Amino acid sequence: MEELVLWSRAQFALTAIYHWLFVPLTLGLGIIIGIMETIYYRTKNEEWKTITKFWMRLFGINFAIGVATGLILEFQFGTNWSNYSWFVGDIFGAPLAIEGIIAFFMEATFIAIMFFGWNKVSKGFHLASTWLTVFGASISALWILVANAWMQFPTGMTFNPDTVRNEMTDFWAVALSPIAINKFFHTITSCWVVGSMACIGVSAWFLLKKRHIDFAKRSIKIALPVGVIGILLTIYTGDGSAYQVAQKQPMKLAAMEGLYKGQTKAPLVAIGLVKPHEKAMQDKENPYYFNIGIPYTLSLLGYRDIDAYVPGITDLLEGGYPTTDGSVPLSAKEKMESGKKAITALADYKKAKKEGNLAESNKQLEILNANYSNFGYGFIKDESELVPNVALTFYAFRFMVIFGSFFILMYIIIAYFIKKKKPYENYKWFLYICIACIPLAYMVSHSGWLVAEMGRQPWVIQDLMPTGAAISAISTSSVATTFIIFCVLFTVLLIAELSIMFKQIKKGF
Amino acid sequence: MDYNFFIQYWWFIISLLGALLVFLLFVQGGQSLIPQLGKTDLEKTMLVNSVGRKWEFTFTTLVTFGGAFFAAFPLFYSTSFGGAYWVWMIILFCFIIQAVSFEFRKKDKNFLGEKTFNVFLLINGFGAPFLLGTAVGTFFTGSEFVINKENLTNPMMPIISQWINPLHGLEALFNPRNLLLGVVVLFLSRTLGALYFINNIGDATIQERAKKQLRICGTLFVLSFVTFLVVTFLAQGFAVDSQSGIVSMEKYKYFTNYIQMPIILAMLLIGVVLVLFGLVKTMFSKTIFRKGIWFVGIGSVLAVLSLFLILGYNNTAYYPSSFNIQSSLTIYNSCSSLFTLRVMSVVSLIIPFVLAYIVYAWRKMDKTSITKEEMQEPGHKY
Ligand code: HDD
Ligand code: HEM
Ligand code: HEM
Repeated sequence: MEELVLWSRAQFALTAIYHWLFVPLTLGLGIIIGIMETIYYRTKNEEWKTITKFWMRLFGINFAIGVATGLILEFQFGTNWSNYSWFVGDIFGAPLAIEGIIAFFMEATFIAIMFFGWNKVSKGFHLASTWLTVFGASISALWILVANAWMQFPTGMTFNPDTVRNEMTDFWAVALSPIAINKFFHTITSCWVVGSMACIGVSAWFLLKKRHIDFAKRSIKIALPVGVIGILLTIYTGDGSAYQVAQKQPMKLAAMEGLYKGQTKAPLVAIGLVKPHEKAMQDKENPYYFNIGIPYTLSLLGYRDIDAYVPGITDLLEGGYPTTDGSVPLSAKEKMESGKKAITALADYKKAKKEGNLAESNKQLEILNANYSNFGYGFIKDESELVPNVALTFYAFRFMVIFGSFFILMYIIIAYFIKKKKPYENYKWFLYICIACIPLAYMVSHSGWLVAEMGRQPWVIQDLMPTGAAISAISTSSVATTFIIFCVLFTVLLIAELSIMFKQIKKGF
Repeated sequence: MDYNFFIQYWWFIISLLGALLVFLLFVQGGQSLIPQLGKTDLEKTMLVNSVGRKWEFTFTTLVTFGGAFFAAFPLFYSTSFGGAYWVWMIILFCFIIQAVSFEFRKKDKNFLGEKTFNVFLLINGFGAPFLLGTAVGTFFTGSEFVINKENLTNPMMPIISQWINPLHGLEALFNPRNLLLGVVVLFLSRTLGALYFINNIGDATIQERAKKQLRICGTLFVLSFVTFLVVTFLAQGFAVDSQSGIVSMEKYKYFTNYIQMPIILAMLLIGVVLVLFGLVKTMFSKTIFRKGIWFVGIGSVLAVLSLFLILGYNNTAYYPSSFNIQSSLTIYNSCSSLFTLRVMSVVSLIIPFVLAYIVYAWRKMDKTSITKEEMQEPGHKY
């Protein structure tokens, strides 16, 4: 079982990570291409068409492989998370279907026109097709993120003991959940940053090679505002994300901060070196080898109140810490008890129902309902399972925030150069930094997902289903085999993609 | 409108998506025909670009078919994909390699070489229709699984759907009836591929060659399809008692379903007539008849739709378990809640609109046929 879960997780993580190598560029570069073509449409200047087409070529190469990796993710919910698919399929399936019907078809239809329609349709229709492709991609992001957000904060549903699954009761609560909206904006605007950095980095390379200087500088001028708007919104919504995590997933927040013992006026650790989890558990007072904190900020970030008490990992396991609404949180042990009660009550309910014992089944139903919010804890064997990987979450979060903020600096410098008409095509050091920002942007984006997904372990659906209970009953060796096939196949395709991409860039505009 | 209505409605939508998917496999069929129809590099380029501008439709329909099945009949999604793991995985692999091949094959420095990507297109062209057909064959013949929802209350082993056969889906390949459907779908896709080329490519040599292939594939398709129908009509089917939900084997079940639902029978018959008309007219007309794809296409959508519908309607188990017949999936025991189906039904009202813009875009793009000249002009090409 344990191994099967690990392989299934590894396979999902692998394919998701590969998918995410391509998606940000589609979403970010898409906007940039759309703006470029709009300028071409307005000015009728053929040079803008050349610029647009160059970036569009890169877009197309990236898009193909993004599609290839996405397919597998969708079906993996069935192939590898079979139990999950039944337990929450009634809610989770809907966004996936909506994504297909509304978004993917829009993308698929208009991308063909975008690439092949230059001489077949009018300029206006072509421009509309480009924007519709980008729009389609963005709505696809919306629905998949609605699905993902729902797993972090399940809402708008109730458990039906007869069908043994969660059933949707409020569509808008799912679709417009504040977590989903925030997640969507944080993710999509962060993709603009990635796209803009990619565009700037590639243009910087041309400047370095002293080729296409004019086109490269014009591209940067388009990428810059997209990036600036992107980063500002990313930071704004990132703050919103952290606030929501504090409310809905306090364990994730504690892991992000390496916070073992809770406190009021909690500081935010700017940089630090966390001790290994076991050591830190023993030494709750100081889980860091060293750290520099900014006073009050964590309380402020998480609760919008410098006096707020931020519970640490130990508090969350032991329960009984102070809360803003005055309720007394259960300890992990109590939640596990309660979860087991819920599971047993469900079994007894089914039994009584079969025997036609109405009184008994109603009684069990009551117990089930009273304990359902801890249902998932019933599958947990040891409370240590409830703590995610602290070091990884901690560092990934810092990496995202620190380097994410670094991009603002980059944009300010570029804006300054442009404003002051500096010959920045000659500043080699700066151009190199711009190029280095491409991989950096991807790493920042990926560390965001690491925080979001690793930080919520062991839950696949917060509090209701642990990852271990979500799997399909297949042999570990099967999953290991497909994992290896995916790993090899995707790596080979990635190499092909990068090689083609570099070649196309070398060819120039 | 009650629960029953929505369940039936969603089975219709799933069937429609399935039928459209089978039609859109003309892309795969076309890929599989490239070696026979294209002798020179330029001809191959024309063929690849012709289907290459449509492959996204097939792909997206597959994705949407999956998503809609998940949303409307989640128990199928969890049982079949998680159980028949290997068949589905191999199908997915066939599609992954297709998705990149069009874009990458002609590009400089593509690492694997143009040949490899052409082989990828062939693997997808033959493999995907054949395996999809075989997998859908199990809807008629059954698979070996058990479903027990109470498993969830066992924290040690909480998994609801269990597949019994250790081959995890590959066993479908050992059943001749499944294979037969695989062959039917393969030849149908090649037939449609040939018709599509005749319609889409303005080049007499290719059209002639496609016509020749059409004679072979079209005939084989008709023969294998008729065999499949006869075998299916004679076979036992998985019937459900509408009161108790108990599943049992019933003689001539699928044939009976057609008889008891005359509208669906009519769908099949009209479909067959359209297919035959399109085939005969294209095969034997003196001049090139280019509209065959629409007759055979619409005909095959109707025929496939009718097959899906008799699988789910009229108290039939559409995804039967031959191991534990009471675990068989019916549209009633595997569907989503009324609320979800309702919400999804509202969403489904967008489908006609989606179809409309697809048709509009398709017509705009295909106003002029693909020609050698276009392939030699600069511009984006596969
Ligand atoms: C709609 C849902 C969804 C979305 C949009 C994503 N994931 Fe996810 N992710 C899951 C749904 C999910 C999951 C199915 O729920 C997994 C599998 C096992 C698990 O615990 O969660 C998961 C696991 C998972 C893991 C492994 C955690 C572990 O060790 O168990 C990683 C590293 C990622 N994901 C990374 C990503 C990345 C880079 C994404 C960006 C595309 C992403 N996820 C999007
Ligand atoms: C587990 C989660 C995910 C699943 C199941 C999934 C599924 C898919 C599928 C099936 C495709 C191919 C669609 C086609 O046929 O055209 C696709 C492409 C795409 N997906 Fe995902 N996806 C996931 C995560 C994400 C996320 C988190 C985003 C964005 C925030 C995203 C954005 C996109 C975009 C923009 C495309 C277009 C192709 C490209 O990457 O260039 N996906 N996805
Ligand atoms: C600088 C301030 C930033 C803050 C405070 C911040 C905060 C956060 C938080 C708290 C999460 C976790 C959300 C969750 O677990 O549900 C997150 C996720 C994420 N971050 Fe950031 N972030 C920042 C910058 C960035 C930047 C610059 C990028 C990329 C260029 C980025 C990309 C992501 C991505 C892709 C995710 C995963 C999706 C999600 O959960 O929303 N972030 N961010």
